[in-house]
Amino acid sequence: MLRGSAGRAYYGAVFVLIARQSMAEGLEWAGYGAFEPRTFFESAQYEQHPHRGVSPSAVVAPELRYEWAEGSDRITVIPFYRYDANDENRTHWDLREANWQHFNGPWTWLVGVGKVFWGVAESRHLVDIVNQTDLVEDIDLEEKLGQPMIHLEHWSEIGTLGVFLLPGFRERTFPANDARLRGPLPIANHDAVYDSGVGDKRVDFALRWTRAVDSWDIGLSGFYGNGREPRLVPQLIAPGSLFLVPHYDVISQLGLDVQYTQEAWLWKLEMIGRSGQGEEFGAFVGGFEYTFYSVQNTNTDIGVLAEYLYDARDDAAPPTTLDDDVFVGARFTLNDLDDTNILVGANIDVNNREAISIVEAQRRFGERWTLSAELRLFSNVSESGLLAGFRKDGYLSLDAAWYF
Amino acid sequence: MKNGKYLCALFLAWVPVSVFAQSDESMTPEAKGLVIAQEASRRNEGYGDTAVDLTMELSSADGRSRERILSWQIRESNDPQDGDKSLTVFHEPRDIAGTGFLSHTHISREDDQWLYLPSLKRVKRIASANISSAFVGSEFAYEDLLSDEVEKFSYRWLKDEPCGEWVCFVVERIPEYENSGYSREIVWIDQTDYRIYKTEFYDLKGALKKVLYVENYQKYLDKFWRAHVLRMENVQTGKTTTLTFKPYVFQSGLTEQAFSPAALRRIR
Repeated sequence: MLRGSAGRAYYGAVFVLIARQSMAEGLEWAGYGAFEPRTFFESAQYEQHPHRGVSPSAVVAPELRYEWAEGSDRITVIPFYRYDANDENRTHWDLREANWQHFNGPWTWLVGVGKVFWGVAESRHLVDIVNQTDLVEDIDLEEKLGQPMIHLEHWSEIGTLGVFLLPGFRERTFPANDARLRGPLPIANHDAVYDSGVGDKRVDFALRWTRAVDSWDIGLSGFYGNGREPRLVPQLIAPGSLFLVPHYDVISQLGLDVQYTQEAWLWKLEMIGRSGQGEEFGAFVGGFEYTFYSVQNTNTDIGVLAEYLYDARDDAAPPTTLDDDVFVGARFTLNDLDDTNILVGANIDVNNREAISIVEAQRRFGERWTLSAELRLFSNVSESGLLAGFRKDGYLSLDAAWYF
Repeated sequence: MKNGKYLCALFLAWVPVSVFAQSDESMTPEAKGLVIAQEASRRNEGYGDTAVDLTMELSSADGRSRERILSWQIRESNDPQDGDKSLTVFHEPRDIAGTGFLSHTHISREDDQWLYLPSLKRVKRIASANISSAFVGSEFAYEDLLSDEVEKFSYRWLKDEPCGEWVCFVVERIPEYENSGYSREIVWIDQTDYRIYKTEFYDLKGALKKVLYVENYQKYLDKFWRAHVLRMENVQTGKTTTLTFKPYVFQSGLTEQAFSPAALRRIR
């Protein structure tokens, strides 16, 4: 879902390059390491889940950047590794980035593994489709796997146009059979099925145009290729063992994202049209964020958010819980020495009141440590719904991160 | 930021003080205040663009302190009807390194502001009504650092008086833009080079809230004065924020593109 106002800014560094100014050449090391134990409040729903209580986990993500030619060329390498004591699938590594960027006037090239973000909404990132979700990291769908790409972008006064060639499909990660946050049936992680004849060797294609005009930020996007969301199809893999097999379809998707900013108001809308998964369907998320600044003559800012989510997909498409939902939340930014911020929010299904609630809080200790807490609770979960498997998986994650 | 209030609002030396000689007696205090502000602004015209690295030290009343390291780039507007553009990039603390803050100031309408969150690769337009909030937990509000086009205030000359080694005009100015956290400001401006000596900020109840001391001026390109220490003291809370600047770099050819929201993604 959404982060505190500074995001969960994972990346540390020494120098920065913007244009042909204030730039440094050469090598730079940065990154972070963190302990992120999760505590599950209830004993597990499924007998395969042996553990309860504290589930230890740790992450390391170093970052290496090398710049030359007065900063017009840059190589970025960001490997990522997580160890999880109770989920063998969550113990994984990934190349978040490994790319060469070249800046030449209005042109930007990126070749290699990269990450992009599209969109404006907070509760769901509908138009954001380039990078696959690293679901074992967090079920909020915000953590992404690195995506191999050739990305060419051109800036001009009338907007920024980007073209993406995306070879090397990434499959979504899922928790292990005996892990928490899994769902009622185990997922056959290594048996994914593709609609496309060339499977994960398919080269996908995407376009993105953005422009800021006065108080408007507008984005248009198109995607053609292996959809990032799999259908999960029940299948007998061996006698007596029923698994969910991920099916990836070839889809076409058009997206629009718009933000209108006025005074303390942000008005946001994202919508998509998608074909290739059941009947062609549309979906949107729209709402606002309003901020009260310097509340009660303190430094604290309080932002209030509300969004409505609708999705018209049919049963032949990958299921979503966000078909007719309301998100409400509040963001507290204390603006203190240690950048304390707190976010509370809930996604509530309009029809059956199923709700996912979150509390995220973060502050810095000294110059290099941050402590953060994330609480996620599931309530009013229906026995038969998509969230049924998470019914007893409410948890608190306490993270201590060190940046270098 | 045209003037970039205190960062850049520093001024040529060759205009004679006699700007006022013929009109001193007949001018109203309001007209004289405006003329002083216009002259200060005029002396900063033509700087083109500047870039500077700086350290921000935040100190609380109980003696705790924190340090932030950032860089600023500012590009003067070609359009006299529009404001300047600035880009702030954070280097430390490390957990927010690479975070970018882009501002397009305007005279006739609200400013535009974007934030770049490097871990998410997300460019996010933020509301511009935040101008009275604390900038990254410091004693500087956004409005203290951005956008002080002459047209955004009304002015009144109060008196002349010695200020340190200089003689200053003392001018009151009242924000005419919306959402300001101040009822008025009193600015001491040196009569020779139109450099700001100090500024007092009064809160909306009329009480003195903060005092800014501007120090260590140096002249660049033979005509642009820039301060290298800005110390903001909050007299109500006892907290202090000090900005210490490295040498400024002028006219390195920063393009319009470098101040576009899309360019934020080039930070990292």
